[in-house]
Amino acid sequence: MSNNKAIKVALIGNPNTGKTSLFNQLTGLNQKVGNYPGITVDKKVGVSQLPKNLVASIIDLPGTYSINPTSLDENIVLKTLLNTSSEDFPDVIVVVADIENIKRNLLLFSQIKDLQIPTILALNMADQMDKKGISIDVGLLKKELKSEVVLISARKKQGIEELKMAIANYDRSNIDALANISERIDADYFKSIKHSFPDFPLYKSWLYITQIEDFANLSDKQKEEIRVYKKDKEKVKKYQHKETIFRYQQINNILKKTYKIDRSKGNDLRAKLDSVLTHKIWGYVIFALILMVIFQSIFDWASYPMDLIDEFFANLSMRVKDLLPAGKLTNLIVEGIIPGIGGIVIFIPQIAILFLFVAVLEETGYMSRVVFLMDKIMRRFGMSGKSVVPLISGTACAIPAIMAARNISGWKERLITILVVPFTTCSARLPVYAIIIALIIPEQRVLGIFGLQGLTLLALYLLGFISAILSGLLLQHVLKVKGESLFVIEMPDYKLPSLKNIFYTVVEKTKAFVFVAGKIILAISIILWFLASHGPQKFDDAENYLQNKTEESSIGSDAYNSQLAAYKLEQSYIGIMGKSIEPIIKPLGYDWKIGIALISSFAAREVFVGTLATIYSVGNDDENNTTIKQRMAAEINPETGKPLFNFPVGMSLLVFYAFSMQCISTLAIVKRETNTWKWPLLQLFGMGLLAYVAAFLTYTILS
Amino acid sequence: MDISIANLKVGEHGVIQEISLENIPLTLLEMGCLPGEDVELMQIAPLKDPLYIKVNGTHLAIRKETASKILISKK
Repeated sequence: MSNNKAIKVALIGNPNTGKTSLFNQLTGLNQKVGNYPGITVDKKVGVSQLPKNLVASIIDLPGTYSINPTSLDENIVLKTLLNTSSEDFPDVIVVVADIENIKRNLLLFSQIKDLQIPTILALNMADQMDKKGISIDVGLLKKELKSEVVLISARKKQGIEELKMAIANYDRSNIDALANISERIDADYFKSIKHSFPDFPLYKSWLYITQIEDFANLSDKQKEEIRVYKKDKEKVKKYQHKETIFRYQQINNILKKTYKIDRSKGNDLRAKLDSVLTHKIWGYVIFALILMVIFQSIFDWASYPMDLIDEFFANLSMRVKDLLPAGKLTNLIVEGIIPGIGGIVIFIPQIAILFLFVAVLEETGYMSRVVFLMDKIMRRFGMSGKSVVPLISGTACAIPAIMAARNISGWKERLITILVVPFTTCSARLPVYAIIIALIIPEQRVLGIFGLQGLTLLALYLLGFISAILSGLLLQHVLKVKGESLFVIEMPDYKLPSLKNIFYTVVEKTKAFVFVAGKIILAISIILWFLASHGPQKFDDAENYLQNKTEESSIGSDAYNSQLAAYKLEQSYIGIMGKSIEPIIKPLGYDWKIGIALISSFAAREVFVGTLATIYSVGNDDENNTTIKQRMAAEINPETGKPLFNFPVGMSLLVFYAFSMQCISTLAIVKRETNTWKWPLLQLFGMGLLAYVAAFLTYTILS
Repeated sequence: MDISIANLKVGEHGVIQEISLENIPLTLLEMGCLPGEDVELMQIAPLKDPLYIKVNGTHLAIRKETASKILISKK
């Protein structure tokens, strides 16, 4: 091995073992997040400097209890370890285990070890040994496990150097299998497997047989042989069970010789906290309070950085416009690209704050208690207790929320969660709600304390949540999807969250949003800019046409310019689109101008506000500093002669935005997560139809 | 008499009997639910489901439906 070639190291371990802490310790900020081909599971890779001038490229594989996957994330581990030609195939594996739950952790180790790849066991949280009354004979354990064993404490940075040394010496590892599965289960059966796949470690061939998937990197002949073995499902299942029982027997025997724990030293903090946090009343009260704090902070804390970002990008556009020579390219940058990027960045504060909370709740172990509390309730609506995290995340943005549904193991429960998440009120709906509420709901107080406008917003949030839940109920009965729901979750010990881990999680989730949604929002912003700034003949003649109609003296004034902009928009392609959908949206109380705003909303819903601002910039000759709200309030419906944004129209719009699926980025992520266009199209048309009908009824009843 | 984890009261212990291969997901075995192991019912969720158990040193939450398939003998 030459010095300049990095040793490929894979970190594998149960969830809650501190695997991520170790990854952060080994790599520091030298890490990047990529994607595995085909799916959007984050692939975290980092670089670590080793002794002897060696360098390691470390990949942090998703946490799993076993090599037999039950979810998409866990599937990655199996795929990576079976495909020797994959670029991620490791030279050496570090299995991270929690010293307190060593038995269960060793099951995974025992499976991995049998793949006959150099494997190191890192026993984490070694600093807790005295406190928990644990003692280990490391020397004997090494011998029994036929592997290098290192005691570490990732949080206290202990044992990291020794682990690095062990990695550097990986080529001296013993790669014998640990559990001799063939002898103990059915020697003849496994002999014939070995005969079919002479080049593979036996356990690897066995995994090919026990796993449902077809693995692409096998030859046709190998695939055919595997199919033959797979056919006897009963036998395969029986032997899998036997294998697990055998592994545990072996582990028990090893631990009897090497591991001692004084149970009397265990603390009862867990029991005390559990009795409150999962209490039949207090459990829910505490969860409700935590939710309120989260929503409050998404609203309040996030509004300051959001205002700054808004201002920054508006200023940037103006500066750049002054700086660059006038022309098409400048327009593209100033009116298309910069606002497009601004439209992405503006969501970062809310998403970051939300994931800060989610990360804290998960790190402390509290989230598992919420899953426990909510599972029965959520199941009535076709979901699982694990759907709570996606539904909460949906209040910031549906994209990370839909990605968070990935660890729900039942396909039907996961699919329903993905389908209903876009009903929750995401942050892009807020600016739309805010401006319409300000227009149509008076600034009054009810019972002296509750603001009427605030209550309306609250009602919209509830509407979003209730429609998510009720759609779940409907889908549960309508969807004919197969898939067992498997619900086995670990209730980890409570612990203080590590700031470093939380920081990394927040950065990672935010990045995922920026790169997944960002690209799409930017692309659509540019398309929309093109549609709004180009048009047929009349569009090009706009200036001449207006100049002829206007008095010489006022040409070039602000009023004239805004009139020109509005006229141009009317004649542009998007204006034509707005006019052509007018007959369809008229029953909802909307005119073609609102139609334009509806179309633009497909980039991100909040674009609605900006689009209306441009359209209604006409006719405000006197004041230059009128707000969008004032402009909208001044808009007159030519047919009735009364304000266009009256109560029925406003309510109809609110209802429409609550239900409709106007977000291309969400549709794209649903396509990626479900691997078909079927579900995103169902969302687009199902939610669209619901929005249309509901808005129509609202408008008709109110007017 | 055949009783399962679902029949335990909070705080009670049992010993897992033979596990029927058809009904029990492999994951449960892998998490340590093995024949001969002691199992304690720690808590029941407010709506009577899922159950919070301790088995083989691991704390797990499983649904009642699954729990009723894990036969035990009472201590």
